[in-house]
Amino acid sequence: MTLNEPKVAGQPRVGLFATCLVDLFRPSVGFASVKLLQDAGCEVHVPIAQTCCGQPAYNTGDKADTRAIAEQVIEAFEGFDFIVAPSGSCAAMLKKHYPGLFEGDALWEDRAKAFSGKCHELISFLTDVMMVRDTGARLDAKVTYHDSCSGLRELGIQEQPRKLLANVNGVEVHEMADSDVCCGFGGTFCVKYSDISNAIVTKKVGNIDASGADLLLAGDLGCLMNMAGKLKRQGSDVEVRHVAEVLAGMTSQPPIAGSGK
Amino acid sequence: MSARDTVLGKIRASMRVPASDDDRKRTVAARLAEAPRGIIPQRAKLPKAGQLELFCAMASQFGATVTRVSDYKDVPAEVSTYLRARNLPAAIRIGADKRLKTAGWASEKTLEVRHGASDGGDLAGVSHAMAGVAETGTLALLSGPDNPTTINFLPEHHIVVLKAADITGDMESVWTMLRMTQGKGEMPRAVNLVTGPSRSGDIEQTILLGAHGPRAVHIIVVT
Amino acid sequence: MELTSNKFKENAARALVDLQLQKALGNVEKGFIGKRQKSVDALPEFDALRDNARDIKNHVLAHLDLYLEEYERKVLAAGGHVHWAETAEDARRIVLEICQKAGARTVTKGKSMITEEIALNDHLEANGIEPVETDLGEYIIQLRGEHPSHIIAPAVHLNKEQVESDFRRVHTHLPEGRDLSEPVSLLSEAREVLRQRYFAADVGITGANFLIAETGTSVIVTNEGNGDLTQTLGKVHVVVASIEKIVPTLEDTAQILRVLARSATGQDMSVYTTFSTGPKRADDPDGPDEYHVVLLDNGRSAMLGTEYQDMLRCIRCGACMNHCPVYHAVGGHAYGSVYPGPMGAVLTPSLNGIDETGQLPNASTFCGRCEAVCPMRIPLPKMMRHWREREFERNLTPLTARYGLKAWAFFAKRPRLYRLAASFGMPLLSLMGGSSRRFHSLPFAGGWTRHRDLPAPEGRTFLQAWAQRETQKQEAGQ
Repeated sequence: MTLNEPKVAGQPRVGLFATCLVDLFRPSVGFASVKLLQDAGCEVHVPIAQTCCGQPAYNTGDKADTRAIAEQVIEAFEGFDFIVAPSGSCAAMLKKHYPGLFEGDALWEDRAKAFSGKCHELISFLTDVMMVRDTGARLDAKVTYHDSCSGLRELGIQEQPRKLLANVNGVEVHEMADSDVCCGFGGTFCVKYSDISNAIVTKKVGNIDASGADLLLAGDLGCLMNMAGKLKRQGSDVEVRHVAEVLAGMTSQPPIAGSGK
Repeated sequence: MSARDTVLGKIRASMRVPASDDDRKRTVAARLAEAPRGIIPQRAKLPKAGQLELFCAMASQFGATVTRVSDYKDVPAEVSTYLRARNLPAAIRIGADKRLKTAGWASEKTLEVRHGASDGGDLAGVSHAMAGVAETGTLALLSGPDNPTTINFLPEHHIVVLKAADITGDMESVWTMLRMTQGKGEMPRAVNLVTGPSRSGDIEQTILLGAHGPRAVHIIVVT
Repeated sequence: MELTSNKFKENAARALVDLQLQKALGNVEKGFIGKRQKSVDALPEFDALRDNARDIKNHVLAHLDLYLEEYERKVLAAGGHVHWAETAEDARRIVLEICQKAGARTVTKGKSMITEEIALNDHLEANGIEPVETDLGEYIIQLRGEHPSHIIAPAVHLNKEQVESDFRRVHTHLPEGRDLSEPVSLLSEAREVLRQRYFAADVGITGANFLIAETGTSVIVTNEGNGDLTQTLGKVHVVVASIEKIVPTLEDTAQILRVLARSATGQDMSVYTTFSTGPKRADDPDGPDEYHVVLLDNGRSAMLGTEYQDMLRCIRCGACMNHCPVYHAVGGHAYGSVYPGPMGAVLTPSLNGIDETGQLPNASTFCGRCEAVCPMRIPLPKMMRHWREREFERNLTPLTARYGLKAWAFFAKRPRLYRLAASFGMPLLSLMGGSSRRFHSLPFAGGWTRHRDLPAPEGRTFLQAWAQRETQKQEAGQ
C-alpha cells in the first residue's frame, strides 16, 4: 500500500460500522474493509452491539425508532477516533442526518454532532484522511463504476474510488453512460414501488452492459444487490462486487448473486 | 374582514409577527431604497468596447442576426437590404421614435413606411431598443408611442435598432438607466427583454424558431 | 383536475406499459439535462447565484406581508387593480367576474400553472366563456382534454404523430392533404390558427414568474411570445399569481433570472422576459385598458413558519422533474396532481392535504438529484421525508410497510436478538441459495424477486465470522 502523510498522527482507532446488509449478506466486504483500514495504518475495532444505521425507519417517517437506533449506534461508537462504514448511504446517515434527529435536545445534540464529525465512508476515508494512493491490489478486469446516490451527492464521493481503481494493476475502467443516475434501489422504495424501481434499474443495466465492462463495482451493497439481481435476471454475465473487495485484493468469494448467466 | 386582511393576517400569524413591527418595516424600506446588485458575472464586467463585441456575439449565438452601421442615416438602406435578401415586400411598420423617424426613409423610394401600432398585417417591424445587455445578447424595449409593443411581437421579422452607447454589460445597468429616465420605482407599461427570435420546444423537445412571435430578429447597431 | 394521487401506483403501472408515453419520455432526458449542464458550466458564478437567489427568497418570505403591501400600493399607483383570493374558489370567482364585466366571450391564456391549480378553464367554460390556451404545448393538451404533464413542457408526454392526429381532428377548416409530418409544420399551423384568437379575445390571462414590490410589476418569462400577445392584445389583462412570487426589486429579479432559464431549458435567458406595470398609459398606442392582479394564497400562508416553508422559494423551473428517475419512468400524469415530480411531491400535500396525496412523497428513491439541481436550493428529499413523518404520526403509512418496519426496528434496537436471529437465518438462507448464489423467487420477497433475482447471503454473518476470528486469534495467542 502506498500512502502520503496521513492527516492524523499515530495509529487511529477506527470503529468499523459494517452496515446491516454487509453483515447479513456480504461479510467479505466487512473483511475487505478491515484489511484496507489496517493496511492504511488503522487499529480496527468491530463493536458487537451494531445492527443498522436506522435508515429504513428514518425514511419511513418513524422518528422514535430512528432516534432509538441512533442513540445505540452513538453509544457503541463514540469512543473511537473515527467511525467508518463501507457504504455511502449509511455513512451519510451517520454523518449528515444524525445531528438533526436530536435538534433541541441539550443532552444529545452535541454528542451527536461530535459523533457525526468523526464518521466517514470507507473509500473517501482511505483517500482523504489516511491519504492512501495505491492499495497494492491487482485484478485483471474491465470494470465500470456506479456512483451510488448518497455517497455521490451527500458526501461528494466520485473521484476517490476512481483514483484508487486506476492504481489497481490490471484494472481497466470503462465508464458507463449516466453513472451518476440512481439505480432504482432507494431502500424500501424498490419493494414499495417495485415496477418503477424495475424501470429504473433496467435502464441502468442497459448502460452497464453497453459499457463493455465485465465487472460492475460500487460502494453501496443495496445498490449492488439491486443491479446484480437485475443483471442476473436478464442473463448478463457481468459480475458484481463491492469496490472494497477489489481494492483489498479479496476476490476469492463468488461475486454478488454468483457468476455466470 | 376583507380577503386582503385575512391573507395578510394569516401570513403574520404563521410567521408570528405583529402588524406593526418597525424593525421589519425598516429592513424592507432599506432593501427597496438601496436595491443591492448582488452577484454580477465576470463576463458582464467588460470595458465598453468589449461589451459591444460580447453583445453581438451573444445575440448571434441566441439566433439573432447582427449588423453594424456608423450612422442613423444608414439604417434605411440596411433595412431595405435585409428585406430584399429575404424576398420580403418593401414595407415596414415603425413607431414615433424620433431617431427612427428622422433616419431619412425617403432615400428608399420603394419602401412603404407605416406608422403606429401593428395590426398584425405587417411582415416586418422596426423598433428602437432602449438598451442592449452584453452578458446575454438581450435587447431592452420600452412600450409607448415611440416603439409600440405590438411591433415587437406581431411581425414575422423584427428589426431592432440599437445605439452602441446604450449597450451595457449586465441587466442591472439597464435598471439604472431606466431609473434615470423614469424615476425610482417607476416603469413604463411594458419593458420587453428580448433574446433572439421566438421559439418553442413543445413538440418532442425539438427547438423550432418562430412560434408566436417573430421568426427572425435582426439587430442594427449604430456605432 | 381530479386529484388521483392516491392511485399513483395504478397510474404508474399504466404509464410503464404505455409505449407512446415511454417513447415521449425519452425526450425529457434528451431535451433538458445536457442543455442545462452546458449553460451552467459556462457560468462560473452559477452556484453563488443560487445561494443569492435562495437568500433573496428567504428574505422575502420573512417579510412577505410587508412586501405584499408595498407591491399592492405600487400596482394601484400605476392604475392597476389588486384582488386578494384566499382560496382557489375565490380566485375563480374573481377572474370570472372580471371577464363578465368586460363582456368577454373568449379569453386567451398564456401558459400558467396557477390557473391549472385553480382549475380556471373549467370554471370559465361552465359560465359560457371560452378559454383559449395559446402556448403551443398547452394548446395541444387543451385540444386533447388533458392537463399538463410537466410544469414547463406541458405536452412532453406526446409524440408528433399524436399532435398531428389532434390537429387533423380539430382544424377541419384546413385542407386534408396538408403535410403535418414534421414538428415545424405543426408549429406553423398552430401559429396561424391562434393568431386569429388573440385578436378576437376580450381578456388575456397570464400567470407571473415574479411580482416586483419596488415597482408593482408582474413578470412573465417565455419563449414563444404567446404570453405577450395574450396580454397586449386583449382589452383586459388579468394576472393570476400566488403570494410567494414577490421579489423586492428589479435587481433581485435579475439575480433569479440568471438561474431560472439555465435551470429550466438550459438557456442563458429565455427569449421573452416581460415586465408589465399597470394598464395602457394615456399616450400608449397599444396595451390593455385594464390591468388586474389576483393574489392567491390557497394554503401558502399556512406553509410559512413550518418545515415546508422552503418550498415557497420554488420558481417553477422544472429542473427537479427533468432530473428525476421516477419522473423519467412514469411521466407527470401518474402523479395525479397539478404539480408533478419532486416539487409536486412536496407542494401537493401542502395544497391538498396528505390524506389524499400520501403516495407522492413516498414515490422517491431519495437519490437527491432534484436537490442537487434546484436553483433555489430547496431540500426536496428532506421535505418529502417530513411528509412521511406526518403520515407515520397519523397512522397513514400502509400497514404492510408499518408492520415490516416495526419488525425490523424490533431487532435493530436489540443487538443481541439481532445477532441471534441472523446467525441462524443467514446461513440457512445461504444454503437455500444453492450453487447459483441467487434466488429467482422467495416467499415474502415478491416485491424484490418479481423483477430481479435476490443475491444469496454468503453464509455466516460478518459479526459472527469476526467474533470467531477474534476468538481464534486469542486462542492462538495464548
